Amino acid sequence: MNTARLTIVALALVLAVAFAPGSAPQPVSGAQAITVGVSWSNFQEERWKTDEAAIKAQLSKMGARYISADAQSSNEKQLADIDGLITQGAKVLIILAQDKDAIVPAVQKAKAEKIPIIGYDRLIEVAGVFYITFDNREVGRMQAREVYKVRPKGNYVFIKGSNTDPNADFVHSGQLDILQPAISKGDIKVVGEQYTDGWRPEVAQKNMEQILTAKNNKVDAVVASNDGMAGGVVAALAEVGLAGKVPVSGQDGDIAALNRVARGLQTVSVWKDSRLLGTGAAEVAVQLAHGTALDKVTGATKYRGPKGVTMDSILLKPVPIVFTNLDVVIQAGWVKKEQVCQGVDAAKAPPACK
Amino acid sequence: MSVETPTAAPPAAEALRAPAPHASVFQRIASAVGIDARLLGMLAALALIWVGFQMLTRDFLTARNLWNLMVQTSSVGVMVSGMVLVIVARQIDLSVGSVLGFVGMVMAFLQVEVFPLGVWWNWILTVVAGLTLGALIGAGQGFIIAYLGVPSFIVTLGALLAFRGGAWLVTTGRTVAPLDTTFQIFGGGINGSIGATWSWVVGLLAIAMAAWFTLSARPRRRKHGFAVKPLWADIVVVCLQAAFIAAFVMVMNAYPYPGTTVPRGIPVPVLIMFGIAVLMNTVVRSTRFWRYVFAIGGNPEAARFSGIPVRKITLQVFTLMGFLAAVAGIITTARLNAGTNSAGELAELSVIAAAVIGGTSLSGGIGSISGAVVGAVLMESLRNGMVLMGLPSALQNVVQGAVLVLAVWLDVIYQKHRRR
Repeated sequence: MNTARLTIVALALVLAVAFAPGSAPQPVSGAQAITVGVSWSNFQEERWKTDEAAIKAQLSKMGARYISADAQSSNEKQLADIDGLITQGAKVLIILAQDKDAIVPAVQKAKAEKIPIIGYDRLIEVAGVFYITFDNREVGRMQAREVYKVRPKGNYVFIKGSNTDPNADFVHSGQLDILQPAISKGDIKVVGEQYTDGWRPEVAQKNMEQILTAKNNKVDAVVASNDGMAGGVVAALAEVGLAGKVPVSGQDGDIAALNRVARGLQTVSVWKDSRLLGTGAAEVAVQLAHGTALDKVTGATKYRGPKGVTMDSILLKPVPIVFTNLDVVIQAGWVKKEQVCQGVDAAKAPPACK
Repeated sequence: MSVETPTAAPPAAEALRAPAPHASVFQRIASAVGIDARLLGMLAALALIWVGFQMLTRDFLTARNLWNLMVQTSSVGVMVSGMVLVIVARQIDLSVGSVLGFVGMVMAFLQVEVFPLGVWWNWILTVVAGLTLGALIGAGQGFIIAYLGVPSFIVTLGALLAFRGGAWLVTTGRTVAPLDTTFQIFGGGINGSIGATWSWVVGLLAIAMAAWFTLSARPRRRKHGFAVKPLWADIVVVCLQAAFIAAFVMVMNAYPYPGTTVPRGIPVPVLIMFGIAVLMNTVVRSTRFWRYVFAIGGNPEAARFSGIPVRKITLQVFTLMGFLAAVAGIITTARLNAGTNSAGELAELSVIAAAVIGGTSLSGGIGSISGAVVGAVLMESLRNGMVLMGLPSALQNVVQGAVLVLAVWLDVIYQKHRRR
């Protein structure tokens, strides 16, 4: 391909990106309306759609205007997106950062223009940024707590997330918060611990098979960090007839996982209702746009980041979903009863399926 | 698995190549018996790795772990047969992992959300739909490559992205589980093996087939004026194959179901993997299709001038590859008992690595199915053994990458040595 053609292709790409639907300005609903700009890191993932719907609904309820941009996993595009949102008149920014460090220049720029910033779900560790997220360390604690309740002694296995994702370590450190005393005392023996490339279920399955082989099935509990991997672990346990006999944890409230909980194959799925996060962020945004100080936001607490920056934040509590409280997810409209209870043996059904 | 000669040159010429005057004893014996020295070298390397892991872990060479190892290899092992032909034909397919994921997702979706659950025909229709879809995807890619002239690297790179996205779109990222119980048999789980008796039936059939193949070739060769190996050499080969197959069946039968002494026998996915390798090595290998693929890979210009339908063959190679990716999709999905949109991520690299370690030349024209399957077992052995040892995953990747380069480098040295 010659240079001229390459240039044309590049130009076409740039234009296509610039005029992508997400970044187009939407009509102003009223002269006084507050405009909230949301910069998404990557809209490909299903869950952000849920978040967006919640933010939009809450903003329109409060009479604010929603504008957004999707960085499509590009750090560079996210910087440009934020400039664009400010140009479009955003009075407050909600940012789901693609990269916690690469985002800093854009944040500094917005701060210089006195535009309040809310770090959404992923930490942006800059003084003066408001941080709203689910407490990932608490997720780990809840997983460990539920497994520990069932099996306070014995051989434990940790199936951790991807070693390139800081959340994997947050979750794991939460698990250790609960289990370390028992490990130190010798009640719990860690017989296997593996990171899982890309949080992939099939990798978790192979790793679990190997750990079971190495320990000759002497595994009493598995603390898996999410539901997909818990699925791989349960498949590996099923191969040696241990499914349902060994407690397994997870997180996300996946339908498949909730079904496993109902069947007694998985002990807990820690559920983060992302709609709460969206609603919360919208409420904070409107408060900040009205000039509320960061530490005066309803429900704000202090959070100390890993780099030692103290920030105002809201850390939402996830909910551990176990056999006895499956009705919570059903009543919240997260999943349908039929989905959770599909194929469940009536004699051993959880209360929610009766 | 049958032991075979490399397929670069016609088998007769290859097997009976006179040993170079300075050849080692090992090469002289190998040459007389007619087993590819390269394949023997790979098996020796594999044996070395196995013994090494056994010394480090004490669990590696148990029936249970070997059984697991075979099941863990099966998904890549199924696809590698197709990849050998793709690479031999001087093409590449980067899309197999994504096609695996996409087809697996579609099958899980059909099975759980479209077809009624629990009916007997559910899994059959799912499998047929999955295999058809895989073949169609392969054919589509093959068409763009062969008839529209877009390089396979680009077409399959595009497909890698597109079908990974497609896998996500089927259910917008949601995992589909649990699956039909009969379908799960393809994954080799708790009901996914054929038991001791059938394992022996399969094993004896395989031995009979190997013997018939080797011995029936003798009169045919003599008739057509090819040199015939000494009878003792052929008998040695058949005995080796028989011992190998019997040992395999015994190991698979030595792993019982949990809490019992009932042997599991050969797992279904492993049966599929070896079945495909043997089919490719015998039936497909005796077809014109096979010879054309190697002719195209050896010299595409000459192939075209001699009237070989290069485009049609290219299309067929990719169709076969897509079909095999779908088979791997069945195995992976059934094994996990769930359709997940990340299934098969990076599988293309494992498959290409296995083919190349198995002696397939990236410049085309040379490749062997047996070698590639051994290559797949070798790569999976590394991963399997390192997890047994409890090594961190980052280190596992480092070792696997290093072994890949080392293996191909050794092969380059071997090739240079042989050519002299």
